[in-house]
Amino acid sequence: MNWKFWSLKKSLFVYHVNAGACNNCDIEILELLTPAYDVERFGIILVGSPRHADVLLVTGVCTRQVKKRLQELYLQTAKPCVVMCIGACALAQGIFAEAYHVGPCVDEVIREVDPNAIIAYVPGCPPKPEAMIMAVVKTWQKLDELAAAEPKPVAPALPEVAGA
Amino acid sequence: MRSVSKGVNGKRTLIPVGPFHPLQEEPEFFQLWVEGETVVDMDLRISYNHRGIEELSTRKTFDQVPYLVERVCGICSSTHPLAYIRAVETICGCEVPPRAKYQRTMVTELERIHSHLLWVGLAGHFLGYNTVFMWAWKYREPIMEILEKITGNRCAYANAKIGGVRRDIPNELFDDIVRAVDSCWGPTEMLTNAVLDDPVLHARLVDVATLTHEDAIRYCVTGPTARASGVPIDVRRDDPYDAFDLVDWDVITFPEGDVMAKAKVRLLETFEAIKIVKQAVRDCPNGETDAGVEEVPPGEAIGHVEAPRGETFHYVRSDGGRCPVRHKIRAPSYVNVPSFRASCIGQHVADVTIAMAAVDPCYSCTERMAVTKDSKTGNELMDAKELQELSVQRTRWFEKQLGIEPFDKRWGPKLQELLA
Repeated sequence: MNWKFWSLKKSLFVYHVNAGACNNCDIEILELLTPAYDVERFGIILVGSPRHADVLLVTGVCTRQVKKRLQELYLQTAKPCVVMCIGACALAQGIFAEAYHVGPCVDEVIREVDPNAIIAYVPGCPPKPEAMIMAVVKTWQKLDELAAAEPKPVAPALPEVAGA
Repeated sequence: MRSVSKGVNGKRTLIPVGPFHPLQEEPEFFQLWVEGETVVDMDLRISYNHRGIEELSTRKTFDQVPYLVERVCGICSSTHPLAYIRAVETICGCEVPPRAKYQRTMVTELERIHSHLLWVGLAGHFLGYNTVFMWAWKYREPIMEILEKITGNRCAYANAKIGGVRRDIPNELFDDIVRAVDSCWGPTEMLTNAVLDDPVLHARLVDVATLTHEDAIRYCVTGPTARASGVPIDVRRDDPYDAFDLVDWDVITFPEGDVMAKAKVRLLETFEAIKIVKQAVRDCPNGETDAGVEEVPPGEAIGHVEAPRGETFHYVRSDGGRCPVRHKIRAPSYVNVPSFRASCIGQHVADVTIAMAAVDPCYSCTERMAVTKDSKTGNELMDAKELQELSVQRTRWFEKQLGIEPFDKRWGPKLQELLA
C-alpha cells in the first residue's frame, strides 16, 4: 500500500467526469490547464481514459442515468484512486437536491462500490481555480499522512552476482 | 460535400461515442454507423444531464428562479435568467430603468466574448491544434476577471433581477471594463488572422460538414449556426431588448455553411460584442437600476434573448401566487444538435468531431512550452512576437507549397472592411 501512495502523489493523472453539471465547474477545470493557471507545472495532466487516472474529478449532481456509469468508471480506475467532488452540486446536490431526476450524492454513489474510497470535497459554485489548486495541495498532504501511517518501503535485496 | 463511399462490402459498423469520452466535455451518447470511413447514419441519446429544472422551477419563488436557471448552462449563465426575466417583466408590464438596460447589455456581451473565444479554443483542440486552444483561453482570461470584478463571480453572474439589476456596476469600474475589452481586441485580431490564414485549418474546415441554407431553415437552427448558413436571424436585431437597439452593431452572416464559416461568424461577432460593450459603457446614463416590482399578477408571457449559441426561449405562466405554475425552457443547442443529421452524414469519421464542435464544447489538452531556445544564437530566449513570426513564416511556406494566394490578397481587404 505504501508504495502505491508514494507513487500515486508524484504526478496526478486526472480524468474528468461530468455527472450532470452545468459546465461552470467544467470550464473552470479547463481554465486550470490553460496558460492562466497552468497546473501541468505540477505534473497534473488530463487523460482520456479512467484506466490511466489517479484522480477522478467529478462535477455535477449525479443524475439517475449517470449513477451506474459513474460507479463503473470508478471501478475501472487503478486503486488507490482519489475522487474529487468539485462544486456545490457534487458535494451535496446544491440547488438540485429536490429535483426528480437526481440520484444519491456523489460520495454515497462511490462508497456503495468502495466503502474505503478516498474522497476530497471542493466547495463553491463554481469553485475558483485557486480553490481547486488548494484542494490538490491538501490532497497531497493527506496522501503523505496515509503513506506515513504505513511501514517505510524497503527495496528488495538484489541477488549477488558471481564475479561482479 | 464529399461523396458517400459504398464502404467495404456495404457493411455497416456501429461506433459508440460516449457517454463519457475524452473529447467532449458533457455526457452525451452518439451512435455513428459507418461504412468504411464514411458516416452513413447517426443517432443521439441524451438525458445523462437531465435534472428536471422546469419542474423544480415551479417550486421556487419568482425571485429564486433566476438563480436556478443560471445553472441550466454555465456558459450562457447571463442569458437564461434574462430570458426568464423578460417573460416575467412582460407579465408585470413594468418598464426597466435605462441604466439597468445598459448594464445588462454589458454583461451579456462580455459573456458572448468569453463564450466565443472559448469555442474557438475548443475547436482548435478538436483539430489537434492546441496552440489555438491555449491562445484563445489565455485571451479570454481578462474578460473573466472583469466579470468577476463587476458581478462578483467568474461564471454565474446573478446580475439581472425582475425589474432591473441586482447590483449596480459603479461608474468607477467602467474604465476597467473598457481596458479589459481593449486588451482583448488585439489578440483576437491576431487569432482571427491566424485562423483565416492557415492552410492546415483551411484543409480541415473548408467544405467540411456543410449545412446548406435549405437545411438550416428545415432544421430551424439558430444563432451562429444559422448565420453561418446565410440565415440572418438574431434576436438582438429582430426583437431588440435591453440596449441593443440603442447601440450600433452588425449581424455577421456568411453563406457557405461549413465549419470555417461558423468559425468566421464567431470570431467576427467577438469584435461586434467588444464594440457593443464599449458603446454601452460610453452611453450608460446615471439613475435608478431597479423598477421595484412587488408582485407578479396572473398571466403568461414568453421571453427570448440571443445567447452565444442562439435563441434562448422561456415561457412563464403565473396564477398570481409566489411561484410560476409553468416554466418552459428551450435552449439553442436543443435545436442546433439535430442538424448533425444534415451536416455529419456523408462525412469522414475524422471530420465528424469538428462538425460536432460547431455546437458542443469539449475538454482535455496538452500544454506547450511558451519559451524556447533559439537554435541560431544558442542561448537567447524567444518571446511571443518572435514565435508568432516563425508561425507566419511556416504559413508562407505552406502557401508556397500548396500554391495558394497569400493571405493578404485573399482575406485582407475583406477583413479590414468587416472590422471597420
